[in-house]
Amino acid sequence: MKGWTLTFTLAVVFGLCVGPFYWLAMAATHSTADIFSWPPKFYPGDQLAANTAQLEESIGLVRVLGNTLYVAVVQTAGAIVVSLLAGYAFAKFSFEGRDLFFVLLLSTLVIPGGVTIIPIFEMMNDLGLIDSYPALILPSLSVPFGIFLMRQSLLAIPDELLDAARVDGAGELRVLWRVVVPVMRPVLAALAVFLFLGAWNDFLWPLIALRTPEMYTLPVALATLQGLARTDFGQVMVGTAISSLPMMILFLVLQRQFISGLLAGATKG
Amino acid sequence: MTFTLSRPRERARTRQSYVTRRNIPYLLIMPALLGFLVFKAYPIIAAMYISLTTGAGAARSFVGLDNYVRLVNDPLFWTSLWNTGLILVVQVPIMLLFALLLSLGLNSPLVRLRGLWRLGVFMPSLTGLVAYGVMFSVILRKDAGLLNWLLGLFGVTPIDWLGSPFWARISIVIALTWHYTGYNAVIYLAGLQSIPKELYEAAMVDGAGAARRFWSITVPQLRPILALTVVLSTIGTLQLFDEPFVLTGGGPDNSTLTISLYLYQNGFRYFDFGYAAAIAYALTLIVAVFGIAQMRLQKK
Repeated sequence: MKGWTLTFTLAVVFGLCVGPFYWLAMAATHSTADIFSWPPKFYPGDQLAANTAQLEESIGLVRVLGNTLYVAVVQTAGAIVVSLLAGYAFAKFSFEGRDLFFVLLLSTLVIPGGVTIIPIFEMMNDLGLIDSYPALILPSLSVPFGIFLMRQSLLAIPDELLDAARVDGAGELRVLWRVVVPVMRPVLAALAVFLFLGAWNDFLWPLIALRTPEMYTLPVALATLQGLARTDFGQVMVGTAISSLPMMILFLVLQRQFISGLLAGATKG
Repeated sequence: MTFTLSRPRERARTRQSYVTRRNIPYLLIMPALLGFLVFKAYPIIAAMYISLTTGAGAARSFVGLDNYVRLVNDPLFWTSLWNTGLILVVQVPIMLLFALLLSLGLNSPLVRLRGLWRLGVFMPSLTGLVAYGVMFSVILRKDAGLLNWLLGLFGVTPIDWLGSPFWARISIVIALTWHYTGYNAVIYLAGLQSIPKELYEAAMVDGAGAARRFWSITVPQLRPILALTVVLSTIGTLQLFDEPFVLTGGGPDNSTLTISLYLYQNGFRYFDFGYAAAIAYALTLIVAVFGIAQMRLQKK
């Protein structure tokens, strides 16, 4: 009996957490008038195609999705390589200044993002990089959390494994690629989903750094849409659903990686 | 562990001649270090200088501590500080208590379908700022809003969630709690699952009841993780930006204006970079003080 009460309570909490997503998906299939009709609609309507077509017309949905995907993929891949290389050095080599560099890299974790955003904006402006993707990607390549995560996980790999490969005459990059990467695959996947999630949802910096609508990423395009005087909520709902959907699917498929990626920062160290 | 390696090709060997063993680690950390210097170290120092100036570009002039003097005498800054503090002391304890209870439920062997519930409560933390803002601004509408509809089922008259100063703050608390409770619950769940089962078994043998086991085993064992989430949530809430930015814009009557939102408004609405940088440094100081204080307290 007690078990059922608990189960029921958790089901209610589940409903409160997932309900808004379900309602969002339903709202995407209704016209604006229906979205705001009373009581709320919890069943699908027939306006999905119309809303999507309108969204394509007003923000260039396909193009904007492509932009978002491009930025997120390049940024994620770049940050992974940078984190892996640095984490490998910090975990498996002893060199002058190692501890100092490591502490310096991590110390920036406690600096609020608000501090760096203005100088970075001015820097990008001076370099003529405003309204370009390097402006979005470059500042996000050196991720202290990623370097920390890579170092912690690499410490767990026995040195003998690496030495065996070195004795066989493999160079360092080859050891990294052939020995370290295969062993580290789960951690790399966890870091990848964590970084991709951040890049896909990133809003404030792209909003500041991008100027032309053709360059916009999905969150920025959606925000401009919502700012219009007479907002057509049908298309806003479709856009919002589309921006959430890849993460939901990725999460369902890679649940373990997601959770370990998001937990890594919290439970280690 | 088995692995095979083909013999190194000649090219790889010649590459090793200029990549010596000594400089390998420096080459490996080079990209990270470069990113750190250009996009972290330099901006942190530059922001300090900017906070001592006014104007931008060629019109920038050094004004010493003027921005900081202005900050101390700026009633809006104090309002933003008060709002941030208020949301912090109300929201963080509520959320972490909910998260703890939720994790206990998710960890209970009596509960069916635990995997499904865990999946669901984690989902809100995946939502991006914009999607989240769109969803909640519609859910919290006074007319035809989802929340008022739900409350209406229990006979509650519609509430003007985003229109009154009092309810706007409550809305921010609700939105924050929805967004992050599941995330913290999953962190606690990982902690709960790492507590050795023998501890509970021994306590049962000694005749300890459920409440006794919770206070004498669960809480002390979970202490480091509890402490960590308190620090992370406090630091996160001190920098609160997303929720007021997308839901209330700081209003009504600046009742939800937070420090970070005020920073953003000064920097990127009024383009007063000097003043915004001063706010950023004030915020850094506040975060540092809180962070150090909490770590000190927890060490005792």
